[in-house]
Amino acid sequence: MFITKAPVEKSIELDHNIYLLKIHSPEIANNVRPGQFLNIRVSESMYPLLRRPFSVCDVEGEFIYLMFNIYGEGTRLLSRKHKGDMIDILGPLGNGFNIEDNYDTAVIVAGGLGAAPFAFLTRSISENKNIHSFIGGRTYQDVITYGMKNVSAATDDGSKGFKGTVVDLFRKEFDNIKGNKIKIFGCGPNAMLSALKDFSLSKNINCEVSTECAMACGFGICQGCPIESTEHPEKYYLVCKDGPVFNVKDVVI
Amino acid sequence: MSKIDLSVNIGKLKLRNPIMLASGTVGYGNEISEFTDLNKIGGIVTKSLSLKPRKGNPPQRIVETPAGMLNAIGLANVGVEEFLKEKIPFLKKYDVPLICNIAASTLEEYVECTRILTQEETIKAFEINVSCPNVKEGGLQFGNDVSAVGKITEKVKSVTDKPVIIKLSPNVSYISEFAKAVKKEGGDAVSAINTLVGTSFNIFTKRPKLFNISGGLSGPAIKPVALAKVLEIKRNVDIPIIGIGGISNWQDVIEFMIVGASAVQLGTINFIDPSAAGKILTQLEEYCTKYGVTKLSELTGSYKI
Repeated sequence: MFITKAPVEKSIELDHNIYLLKIHSPEIANNVRPGQFLNIRVSESMYPLLRRPFSVCDVEGEFIYLMFNIYGEGTRLLSRKHKGDMIDILGPLGNGFNIEDNYDTAVIVAGGLGAAPFAFLTRSISENKNIHSFIGGRTYQDVITYGMKNVSAATDDGSKGFKGTVVDLFRKEFDNIKGNKIKIFGCGPNAMLSALKDFSLSKNINCEVSTECAMACGFGICQGCPIESTEHPEKYYLVCKDGPVFNVKDVVI
Repeated sequence: MSKIDLSVNIGKLKLRNPIMLASGTVGYGNEISEFTDLNKIGGIVTKSLSLKPRKGNPPQRIVETPAGMLNAIGLANVGVEEFLKEKIPFLKKYDVPLICNIAASTLEEYVECTRILTQEETIKAFEINVSCPNVKEGGLQFGNDVSAVGKITEKVKSVTDKPVIIKLSPNVSYISEFAKAVKKEGGDAVSAINTLVGTSFNIFTKRPKLFNISGGLSGPAIKPVALAKVLEIKRNVDIPIIGIGGISNWQDVIEFMIVGASAVQLGTINFIDPSAAGKILTQLEEYCTKYGVTKLSELTGSYKI
């Protein structure tokens, strides 16, 4: 965990209001794992005041990539960063996905910007494992496939791929996935994670999901990001410190 | 170069400098110690402790606001017993005055928490939270009632010889009346201010953003309010004041001291820059050198009106 200032190498506008920021930070690049996040201070002024959490989208050598859309003032400011601008980073934070498990087929299920951590995950998963990526969005504009392999798309309006939810698509395709041992990696809106949890439990498949919650500090001191635990109902887990990645069985979604 | 004296006294509590870390913004010290050298700061105030563990409020607990934030954590904490067993050993390793913040739903619970904790030698003082705005059954009701605050002060003092600081609510008309009651009942100091009650709604769903509906506003947005409350106390009551409210840099520290604070607590800034305390201390020393201040505590109450 560092506080560091790192220069923007490149700001890339992908299609449809999705941005990629390439940042030169050997410290972060050498220490981050897929599914971990960074808490970014977008301005030195008092507005916006809090840091913004972003999962690390990808790592290439000494460079890291962040993916975001313009949602509010913080992301608007971030979208205007240019080569050489310094970014104030706190990270890497959280636990990340466990990619070393015993599985031969990784199934990625992502909704909307939930795709953000999966370029890095795809790159990091050992080459002798199969990867299937199911990516959903409301319309074709929301289907983000950056850095992913073997993609099947689902849209609510049918404008790209399967018409329906991404979990419905995964359910439909499940029997066609060849593999002795599957592990699911999920990230997206709560409704999607909830459906994914039900499906993975019904099939008894190991499933890790990256969760989200409004937070301030990102490392456990503000206590702002609780998530209900299935095993310990008397206390909450913190998304920032105990997560953001959880085994889907361990949390109430 | 002559030695600059940064030390301050809050009643009989002596601090090496006026920079403390505020309750609820540093947990029990372990996470922030990666960024701030606890051996250099003036003091650390724990997350509010209650007799039994508290789960706290469901999400959403945090909302950002212009130059500030609302929180409604709901006093999530490990409780007195686990604190003594699991958290004290870490804090013992540091040479920093440890101040335990206590929150309770009843007068008896305040007294019982203090009675248990006062036996732990690592704890140097108590800060009594009579003013948490996010807990339904207690907190704010006490903080709004002068005689209740007086009563809590008196009863807590009766079970400990250690300094007792009462953390006051700003959500009252005359905060100095509360400081008077604290002094009258033998309280050693007041800290001011706790958060201001606020809320925020989603204009599309028409629902509150916080699960608790309202929360406590903190951050730079509340600094002018906090300064006015500290000044009001200073002008009306002879009691040491710990200033709290949106302090983010060395200039804020000086400003709080001028209006009457003996020491200050950094709160929300710890979430944004967990290394802030160390930076501010360095800058305070530079300020003293540049402006010929040899004893920082002489700034306290040095306002000219």
